[in-house]
Amino acid sequence: MSAAPLVEVRDLAVSFSRGGQSIAAVNGVSFDLAAGEVMGVLGESGSGKSVTLRALLRLLPEHRTRIGGSVRVDGHDVLALRGRALDDYRGAVTSMIFQEPMLSFDPVFTIGRQIAESVKRHTGVDDKAARARALEMLDRVRIPSPARRLEAYPHEMSGGMRQRAMIALALACRPKLLLADEPTTALDATVQIQILLLLRELQQEFGMAVIFVTHDVGVAAEVSDRLGVMYAGRLVEIGPAVDVIESPSHPYTRGLLSSIVRGDMRGTRIEAIPGAPPDLAALPAGCSFAPRCAHVRPECLASVPPMRAATEDHAARCILVGPLAPA
Amino acid sequence: MNLTATLPAVVPARPAQGYWRSVLGRLVRDKVAMFCAFMLLAIVLIAIFAPWLAPYDPAAASMLKRLQPIGTEGHLLGTDELGRDLMTRLMYGGRLSLVMGIGPVVLAFVIGSLLGVTAGFAGGMVNTSIMRTVDVFYAFPSVLLAIAISGALGAGLVNALVSLTIVFIPPIVRVAESVTTQVRSLDYVEAARASGAGNAVIIRLHVLPNVVGPIFVYATGLVSVSLILASGLSFLGLGVKPPLAEWGLMLNTLRAAIYSNPWVAALPGLMIFTVSICCNLLSDGLRQAMDVTR
Amino acid sequence: MTATPILEARQLVKRFPVKGGLLGKARSWVHAVDDVSFAIAAGESLGVVGESGCGKSTTARLLVHLLEPDAGTILLDGRPIGVTNGVPLTQARRQIQMVFQDSFASLNPRLTVEASVAFGPRVHGVSQREATERARSLLARVGLEPDRFAGRYPHELSGGQRQRVNIARALALQPRVVILDEAVSALDKSVEAQVLNLLLDLKAEFGLTYVFISHDLNVVRYMSDRVMVMYLGKIAELGPVASIYDDARHPYTRALLSAMPSMNPRRRTTQAPLAGDPPNPIDPPPGCRFKARCRHAEEVCGQGDIQLYAAGEAHRVACLMDQPRAGHSHSAKAVVP
Repeated sequence: MSAAPLVEVRDLAVSFSRGGQSIAAVNGVSFDLAAGEVMGVLGESGSGKSVTLRALLRLLPEHRTRIGGSVRVDGHDVLALRGRALDDYRGAVTSMIFQEPMLSFDPVFTIGRQIAESVKRHTGVDDKAARARALEMLDRVRIPSPARRLEAYPHEMSGGMRQRAMIALALACRPKLLLADEPTTALDATVQIQILLLLRELQQEFGMAVIFVTHDVGVAAEVSDRLGVMYAGRLVEIGPAVDVIESPSHPYTRGLLSSIVRGDMRGTRIEAIPGAPPDLAALPAGCSFAPRCAHVRPECLASVPPMRAATEDHAARCILVGPLAPA
Repeated sequence: MNLTATLPAVVPARPAQGYWRSVLGRLVRDKVAMFCAFMLLAIVLIAIFAPWLAPYDPAAASMLKRLQPIGTEGHLLGTDELGRDLMTRLMYGGRLSLVMGIGPVVLAFVIGSLLGVTAGFAGGMVNTSIMRTVDVFYAFPSVLLAIAISGALGAGLVNALVSLTIVFIPPIVRVAESVTTQVRSLDYVEAARASGAGNAVIIRLHVLPNVVGPIFVYATGLVSVSLILASGLSFLGLGVKPPLAEWGLMLNTLRAAIYSNPWVAALPGLMIFTVSICCNLLSDGLRQAMDVTR
Repeated sequence: MTATPILEARQLVKRFPVKGGLLGKARSWVHAVDDVSFAIAAGESLGVVGESGCGKSTTARLLVHLLEPDAGTILLDGRPIGVTNGVPLTQARRQIQMVFQDSFASLNPRLTVEASVAFGPRVHGVSQREATERARSLLARVGLEPDRFAGRYPHELSGGQRQRVNIARALALQPRVVILDEAVSALDKSVEAQVLNLLLDLKAEFGLTYVFISHDLNVVRYMSDRVMVMYLGKIAELGPVASIYDDARHPYTRALLSAMPSMNPRRRTTQAPLAGDPPNPIDPPPGCRFKARCRHAEEVCGQGDIQLYAAGEAHRVACLMDQPRAGHSHSAKAVVP
């Protein structure tokens, strides 16, 4: 990439203290994201994908979280933002949508008022303009009869409508980066595909970058240009979505893809990965996937393998993959 | 060599331990709770062994040594308005005060849990009739209710115990009912029912063990309230009668000396305060220790 | 089917009141399950799919008698359950067991894993020693080494391990039918694969019959012999897995199938098959429940109940387009089997 990337994450590390133990949730995640690019982050529970996302918006509880490394988004040193500057960053430069839309909305105010407040707060326009923007946003996310929905309370809407309203709230200030934390996981199948298509459409229309976290390979394939795979707090593979899904390089990615039931597999056994992910309070010294890996070698146990390039823009954290990736 | 076989087990191989032992383990690590537990134990032991530990007879009055200040030779904590040794009386007073603090809570815990679990588990009409009856009592402030019942029954230790028990039953029923209602709808109770288990077995094995903890924590928090209310009843002359030693009563009789000898007069109050706050902090610690992380 | 089905539901109806008004009187009803009939042959796996509010979980709870139906009967080996001259309820409960979705909520946090598994047999009068022995051998069978896991408490296990315990618990009564209500839905994909493999092994080993309820169409396809598609409390389509996936007739089934993410970044989905959310099953209007979202809906769809109609051997569809002379403009084209 020639221009400076919109997002630059370097050696991001997040640990929580709980009951005297230190839980290493994210252990050295680095990646770049260009403006207008969509990156999917695939991982299972405890892989650190949501924590990484929250770190980008500084949503982690300050008093019991330790964050290391650096995060730059559109020229802001995110980890150094304080007070007013942090408030300005949230919503205007970067905003987020969640699995549970009720968390984004205050139950006692109408949808329209909450979107308008956010617009006023970040752009300083007057009430009328803010309401006009709210109405426009509800229309953009294809909520039927948007003028009437402005006056609706969050609990009066169905699941899919709430999700649309949350997207309207998140995009009302035209952020350059949208963080999506499993926004379609709780939805029914026929609604999920509507929301995915809507997100893809709005992303292209607004030209924003998106980081889309999910555990569902199918969903990741629907939205991502690039795809990262996380395991035990590390990015173990990253590359163009087509390459990662069609020719996975890391044994974990391969195992994950082969353990997913698809098409007509009746009568055949699923190739499941044996064992379970490691305890984040006591990570092994070497590759965290080594205990479950069929190709494990002695050097895998000694130290964490570096990122190695499989092709020019496709890299994996495994010693069995081609040459070392440039940092 | 098969490397995977030599790797550490993926699941940390912890020795299995019982739930209550793990709670105790966490409680022991809580310094504040442990300090409070130690203080309470010391106070209880001193109260129990008062006849052997106390330097004087609690009823031995002396007109010559009235209202001696703290640090008087022979009377370390001074004397009261009748010249009785205050340290002795505080030790003896602990016996009645602790009985009045703990007794009603234990009784209300048993009765209230029974009613609350029944209401929560049965639901429907049974729930409605129990809970609405309880609500009637709940409508009165606890202090007024205690005074009213004690007043109606007449002064005395047993009547004070009864009135305080009645005061504490409604809040415990409420807590027990809400916890039981929650547990009753959980999948493991459904699974037990689907296995063909009857109500008795389900209550004994699946409901009670999961509701007793939260109710118990709530009840321990009530001990301090009970102690203060009991002292209040004695102070008003509705509880223990003189010359018996009881912290609330002592506070009442010493109040005349509040200007001449304030430190001595404050001592029974200090005891009530210490026991109350220790109970509350211990209850908080217990609550935290019982919280099993998923 | 010639042989008597192991489990049969006949015209099941379950409605829940929606409380409203001052006195909390029911003013409207949720039609959770509305006139649902199906039969399951011994050794078969019936998959049940549908979106939230379609009644699949209520059906599961009716089958294990955690809920009483408002109307209709459930038959075990052709004999009604819980009535005089029928199968006694306790015996039916032993034979039909269930695995729930939430692995944590379905285990008593104060009981060890071993005690949870041994509980069912104990209730049915098996001696403590024998029940414990059975629990330990079942734990070993589901892949949890008894020496390491038997004495543990649920919070000391991972989600996948807890779900294995729940499976062992369901099997402890030696049932013939196991209802799996979204049993793998909460698990991570790599763990889900392990548990699915285990479920298939257990089915073969113990000769079990499964009712496999899930919202994941891929998993249902993998696990089931026949599939039942439900929409708002009614059966939309019911048939052999190949017919449903390769030759779906009901517009709703077709929409569900094309709503599945493509898994291929080169061939992404370009159009959503349906608009809007599935409606609430509160006091539904007469006629086809799907008509409000169906692109083929015509006036005739709102007139009278739509019965399941044979669209092929063992393939039933509740859509007028598949019924000849039903009055729908597509009806004429329907083939008479």
